[in-house]
Amino acid sequence: MNLKKINIENKKIRDLIPQVLTVLALISVIFYFATNAQINMGNRGISFGFGFLSQEASFDIAFSLIEFDGSYSYGRAFLVGLLNTILVSIIGIFLATILGVIVGVARLSNNYLIAKTAEWYVEIFRNIPLILQIFFWYFAALRALPAPENAINFYDISFLTIKGWYIPKFVWINFDIFCYSLILAFISIYFLNRYAKKQREEYGKILPTFTLSLGILISIPLLSFLLLGVSLSFNYPELKQLSETSYTYEKGVSIIPELIALALALSMYTATFIAENVRAGVIGVGKGQKEAAASIGLNKGQILKLVVMPQALRIIIPPTTNQYLNLTKNSSLAAAIAYPDMVLVFAKTALMQTGRAIEIISITMLTYLSLSISISILMNWYNKKMAIKEK
Amino acid sequence: MMKSIKTWILVGFASLLLVACGQGGGGAGSKKSKTLDNTKKAGFVKCGVSQGLPGFSNADASGNWSGIDVDVCRAVAAAVLGDADKVKYTPLSAAERFTALTSGEIDVLARNTTWTLSRDADIGLTFVGVNFYDGQGFMVRKNSGINSVNDFKDGISACTNTGTTTELNMRDFFNSKNIKYEPIAFEKADEVVQAYDAGRCDTYTTDKSGLAAQRTKLSAPDDHKVLPETISKEPLGPVVRQGDSVWEDIVRWSLNTMIEAEEYGVNSSNASSLKDSDNPAIKRLVGAEGELGAAFGLDNDWSLRIIEQVGNYGESYKKHIADTGILPNRGPNELWTKGGILYVPPAR
Repeated sequence: MNLKKINIENKKIRDLIPQVLTVLALISVIFYFATNAQINMGNRGISFGFGFLSQEASFDIAFSLIEFDGSYSYGRAFLVGLLNTILVSIIGIFLATILGVIVGVARLSNNYLIAKTAEWYVEIFRNIPLILQIFFWYFAALRALPAPENAINFYDISFLTIKGWYIPKFVWINFDIFCYSLILAFISIYFLNRYAKKQREEYGKILPTFTLSLGILISIPLLSFLLLGVSLSFNYPELKQLSETSYTYEKGVSIIPELIALALALSMYTATFIAENVRAGVIGVGKGQKEAAASIGLNKGQILKLVVMPQALRIIIPPTTNQYLNLTKNSSLAAAIAYPDMVLVFAKTALMQTGRAIEIISITMLTYLSLSISISILMNWYNKKMAIKEK
Repeated sequence: MMKSIKTWILVGFASLLLVACGQGGGGAGSKKSKTLDNTKKAGFVKCGVSQGLPGFSNADASGNWSGIDVDVCRAVAAAVLGDADKVKYTPLSAAERFTALTSGEIDVLARNTTWTLSRDADIGLTFVGVNFYDGQGFMVRKNSGINSVNDFKDGISACTNTGTTTELNMRDFFNSKNIKYEPIAFEKADEVVQAYDAGRCDTYTTDKSGLAAQRTKLSAPDDHKVLPETISKEPLGPVVRQGDSVWEDIVRWSLNTMIEAEEYGVNSSNASSLKDSDNPAIKRLVGAEGELGAAFGLDNDWSLRIIEQVGNYGESYKKHIADTGILPNRGPNELWTKGGILYVPPAR
């Protein structure tokens, strides 16, 4: 290696030097902070390490998708929190999308009342800070719900109370076989759609794919019930007296009010932004496109499905991806109303009990980062699929 | 050509790494008190308190803090800076408090914090004493007919604060009784009170002093009662960072001075007149004998200032806890000479 060979007049090297300097500066900054933290922690007798993840957590969590109690480890508690974060995000994204599309389309309605209602909804809900909306849904809506003994009763099957929404518990036999049958149904539907597309593009035949898919989705799992010994029964919630004046429900499954309030607040808030994206997308498709489609004899449904939506989606998807990411990150406000998400369980409770601030905050940040990047990748893939394919 | 440059860069990075990692182990603490010097330079004591717990640390409408935890901060300020009002209060949630202390944002944490082994030994903290002996209890609605923790049944929902020993004690308790329960842990005390008040939970559990204080915030305080059982030991006391033993001693003896002053009947009104008392212990307390302050770099009137400006422990308790109706009875927080367990080493 001869340093004299580095020729400053070579463009490639000239371009490289600032980049190398930037990377060097960045690394020195990171090392400065890391060593600074290390020295200070050393001085104060704080150890650094991830061994605590396997220690017993010794606190309980009210709501968990997997089995958990205090005898499990902090690592498991983290997983419970992560799953709860994912759960509320999925519910939130699902509801926000449906509501957003409805409101977005409603704003374009020719009916004055519908259009104005949608407009007011958007303007009100997107301009109130989310944390206040969460408190509103939790404390205002919660106080409006009855105590368990006066529950809002849905045909003795399900009960809505201040302590939660009690629904029947599903008791499965041979649940795994049922899952396989579902997977089989989805694979069949995939191939059916491929076949239908080929038929349409090559021979101009249009198959009733939707009806057929629905049929497959119902019939294959149904067969597993009839032939393969899958069975399902329900444990209905039953009222139980706790003391002279307080009651609860047992045997069923409780959907805690914290989850309901958080999912409601997140989806109502995010739906306003999605509604605006949808409105922008639909307006963004040129009038000429619809007229041209009508002139070749497509009906209204076909125009929407084959001409307007594919073009509108291109405008809608990128900003909506942002909203999905926002919703996921906003779910970290859960701690305020005691929904045991990742932040509350891990970045607050576990942090407090172990005192491992740097380790736990790093893990939490990395997890949010990976969650967001996963959503991004998924949405970018969908966006690419929807993008104009230049031929 | 390009390849050799890349190698060169790699070698550069690697050596940088080595240098940076090599520095990691160093940094031995000095004997001098950095915290004391910094406090004198800044002109105020940086003190972490709660976000509002009547009796312990609570701010009034004009932002004046009061409470027995606040008095510990004031005592330190009186001893170190000569003026009990020279304190900068930082309200902290349970989850933030230790990080605020270890990172140096505050120098004393007086926030009804339970002294436990793991907190003392594992996370760079040192507990300097106990200014309130507490225990965890349960609050329930009076009309529930629940008179004891033995009346709790499976399915009970319990509201509490997250990030405290309460969450752990609650689990130990319900586990030992073999009762299934629903733990609802909020970040802030005000939300716990609201949720319990709304009927989300059947019981509210935290330290008994906290229950007594929070009960006043309920919409109908008289409809609720605290059960007689105490399920845990909660010695609450001020905390400092590990590694500054001089500062640790200052905070410890500021608290001890308040308790010892009560023991010898020295209070804010009679302290200066006791300079020529016959009792040498009292003379030491009011700075008329010995050179005790010099041991941690303070003048000899440090303890007199604490008693004059803040008062003794009994005065502080009466003003903040008893007269406010939170816990009129001192219980274990009475002096050892009067049947309680307050007992501090002699200041000599």
